[in-house]
Parts: sequence; structure tokens; C-alpha cells
Amino acid sequence: MKLLLVPAVVVLAVFAAALAALFRWSLLEFIPGSLQTGGLTLANFRGVLAPQYLGAVRDTVVLSALTTVLTLVCAYPVAYVLARTPSRRVRSALLVLILAPFFTGAIVRTYAWMLVLGNTVVTWPVPMLFTERGVLVGLVHFSMPTMILILAAALSHVDPVYERAAASLGARPFRVFWRVTLPLSMPGIVSGGLIVFAWTLSAFPTPELLGGGKVKMIANVVKDLGLDSFNWPGAAAFAMLALALTLALLTAVGRLSAGRAT
Amino acid sequence: MILKAAVLGLLAFMTLPTVVVIVVSFNPTAILSFPPAGFSLRWYENVLTYPQFQRAAVNSLLVTGGAVALALPVGTLAALALERGRLRGRSVWAAVLLSPLVVPGVAAGLGFLILAAALGLLRSRSVLVAAHVALVLPFVVRSVWVSVRNLDPALERAAASLGATPWRVFRRVTLPLLRPGLFAGLLFAVVVSLNEFVVSLFISNRVTEILPVAMFTYVVNYTDPTIAALSSLFIVVTFLVVWLADRYLSLGRVFLQH
Repeated sequence: MKLLLVPAVVVLAVFAAALAALFRWSLLEFIPGSLQTGGLTLANFRGVLAPQYLGAVRDTVVLSALTTVLTLVCAYPVAYVLARTPSRRVRSALLVLILAPFFTGAIVRTYAWMLVLGNTVVTWPVPMLFTERGVLVGLVHFSMPTMILILAAALSHVDPVYERAAASLGARPFRVFWRVTLPLSMPGIVSGGLIVFAWTLSAFPTPELLGGGKVKMIANVVKDLGLDSFNWPGAAAFAMLALALTLALLTAVGRLSAGRAT
Repeated sequence: MILKAAVLGLLAFMTLPTVVVIVVSFNPTAILSFPPAGFSLRWYENVLTYPQFQRAAVNSLLVTGGAVALALPVGTLAALALERGRLRGRSVWAAVLLSPLVVPGVAAGLGFLILAAALGLLRSRSVLVAAHVALVLPFVVRSVWVSVRNLDPALERAAASLGATPWRVFRRVTLPLLRPGLFAGLLFAVVVSLNEFVVSLFISNRVTEILPVAMFTYVVNYTDPTIAALSSLFIVVTFLVVWLADRYLSLGRVFLQH
């Protein structure tokens, strides 16, 4: 039976080889104007802290944090209805509407937001397209399906009996939500928040197209350095940073949910 | 009441861009206006006759076809091993098999670019296929694994005790019972691969690029509604696929339980 894993291990070995190549190049010296590299160096990682790039790292963290909070607030009511509706038809309709953008590719969705945020549909009082505001709207939209599904899974584990008990003892709806539903759904809020945060840290098409070159997140710097300047070592250092941040956050999610299970 | 209004508002937020794209795709002029000043199919015609999209569509079919044809059997065998293999550290194996999901696209993309350059494969579609196989494998493993878990081994034992050879048991009992998982895995793999963009951007050129990459290049360079037309075609196909999947597989079962 164990031999059945061999083909999958081969596929993953190729993937691991690509990441190993990335790691190696992040430690090689960049020679401008050439794809040849020099000896081993940490200069690429020092480059991450250079003033022109540090701003991109800061913007990435700020935008990811804002995206996480806004997505939580927007996803919660939808997740609540999805988890609690007694009607199979409502649940099906909600799932299809929520999942359809999940399945339409990043380019289609981002192009759609370019149309909405540009002044095609309505004239915005403040500029939206090619600003951080616009990127934020796109990122929240992009994260909604994931967050809704995680929150709905958490809420479906919360027995409505507790809410009814609180209400029958005289708590008003808002108090029931604040003191009973919200605390009981905290595991979903924490893991959904961390996953969306980690995911947004390495967002690429949304800031690339909605930012129009004016908003740079870590992934956009990787693309600029790697595909436009042919500075593969520098790009590799930024990509390693994104990879390390994502893995650290997702390990935290794993620890937290393992802690709950025991 | 407030909850209902909030949810409807949020659903409008979720679907607004899709609606706008479809409406704009019928716009008669290259300058976008909303609502459109008339009705025209010229952008759809443009999509079908633009040579770079034709080439990219062929590449998409080749890359997705190749990647799915490889990932489906590989992922199915892995799912069988995970459930039946008496593996030590099964959860570690599961995490490893699902790991391509959590690697940022730019990291995987640049890694494959460097690897391909080292192997002299930069002009080849094989790098795209290799990357796509790894990226869709987690979806196949997850979908098939659910079906393997629900499969009662007594049915296979019954067939074997009645004299069926192991291959015949696999062919006539195991595979048919895994069909829902295989179908779901196939569906996810096709949708994910067809829409993959970030990794593919790094490892393709004008000759090998797949549709999402060609669309990206077009969006950056032109502003006419051609992409709206192509996007609408993507949206309609995806919506049908998701609707059918929900109808026959019940998406709630796949997504809301774990």
C-alpha cells in the first residue's frame, strides 16, 4: 500500500526542488545586467530592508491586517445565515453565489473590479482605482469566500440551544450575539483571520492590477525584481520572506486547532 | 430584518463585479460606458479571432489536460495509501501532500523559473504541466480521500472471497464506489488549473502562455471590452460547473464538514 505514495512523492519532490532552487538563489550574489551569480551572500536579505522596499513590506502588513478585519466583519453575517438557515434551497443558493467568485479566476475578478472602481459604473467621490483603497476593496472581495466557509464551519458546531437558553432568560438579541454566539465561534474567527492574513500577505494579481504600479506589496516586488529587472537573487529573497511569513502563520493555525482537539 | 438586509447587501457586493463584466461585454464601443449605449457582440468576435488568445486557449487545453491526466491517478493512489496504508505519521503525510496549497504563488513561480532555467526548459510547456500537477494534486487527494473513507472494505472483501482477482476487485468494486470523489477531484483540478495565473506568469512566454496570462497581458495594455467578453465566457462556464457540482455532489457536504 505504501508504494502507492511513490508517484505523489515524485511530484512533490519536483515542487520541493523548485523551492530549494529559490532558497539557494536567495543566498547568491546578484551581478547587475547578468543572470550569472557570484558567491554566497546575505546581501539580498539586507536589500529587503532597503528604504525603497521597506515601504512595500509595511504596506503589505497594513493592507493584510485591514483586509482581515474588514473580511471578518463582512463575512460573519453571511456565514451565520449559511450555517443556520433551515432551508436547503437558501443554503444551496448562498453556496453557489459565494463559491462562484471563488472559482472564477483571479484575472476575471480583478478585471471586474477595475471596471467598478474605475469611473465606468458610478463616479466615485474620491479616486479608487490605482489607490490603496481600491486594492483593499479587491482584497476583501477576494478573501470573502474563504472566510465565509471557515466561519460557517465554526458556527455549525455552535449548538443553537445556547442561544435559545440565553434568549429565554431575557437577553436581547444583541446581547445573545455578543455574550454567547461570538465567544463560541472564536475558534473559527481566529483560524479564519490567520488564514486570510497569511493569504493576503502574498496577494499578487489584486495589487498588481488594482494598484496599477502605484501600490506595491511583497509579491509585486518579487515580480518587478524577477521578471522586469532580472534580479533573481533579490526577488528570491523577497519570495523567501513571503514563504516564511505564510508558513509561520499557518503553523500557528495548526497549533491552535490541535490544541483545541486535545 | 437587519441581518437579512446586511446579507443581501453583502451578496450584492460579492456579485456586483460579475454583473458589471457581463453587461460591459455587450458594450458597442471601445470606450466603456455603463449602462451601455447599445448592444453588440463585436468583443466576443474579437475574443475568438485574436490570434494570441487562440494560441493561449490551445496552451490552456494542453497544460490543463496534461496536468489533470497526471494528477488524477497520482492523487487517487495517494489517497488510497493515506487511508489504507497503515502509515506511521499519517497526519504528517497528509500535510505534506496538501502543502503546495499554502506556498505563495510568487515563491513557487520564481522557484520553478529558476529550476527550469537550470534545466534548459524555459521554452517548454512541460514546466507548466509539472507545476500545475503539483498545484492541483491537493484538491484531488482531498476529494478522493473523502470517498475512500466512506468506502466499506467489506464490499471489497466480499468480491475477493467470491474469487475476484485483486485487479478485478479494484476495477469492478473500488473504482466505481470512488466515483463521486474522483468526479469532484477532476472538477476541482480542471477549474484550478484553467484559472491558475501567478505561477504560470513566471514560467511561460508569449509562445507557451495559458489564457489567464494572456488575459493579464491584454488588460495591462488595452482597455477595450474584449477581456469583459472573455471573462463572461469564463464566468458562465464556471457558474454552470459549480451549479452542476452542487446539484450532483452537494457542495455543502464537501465544504461545510471536516
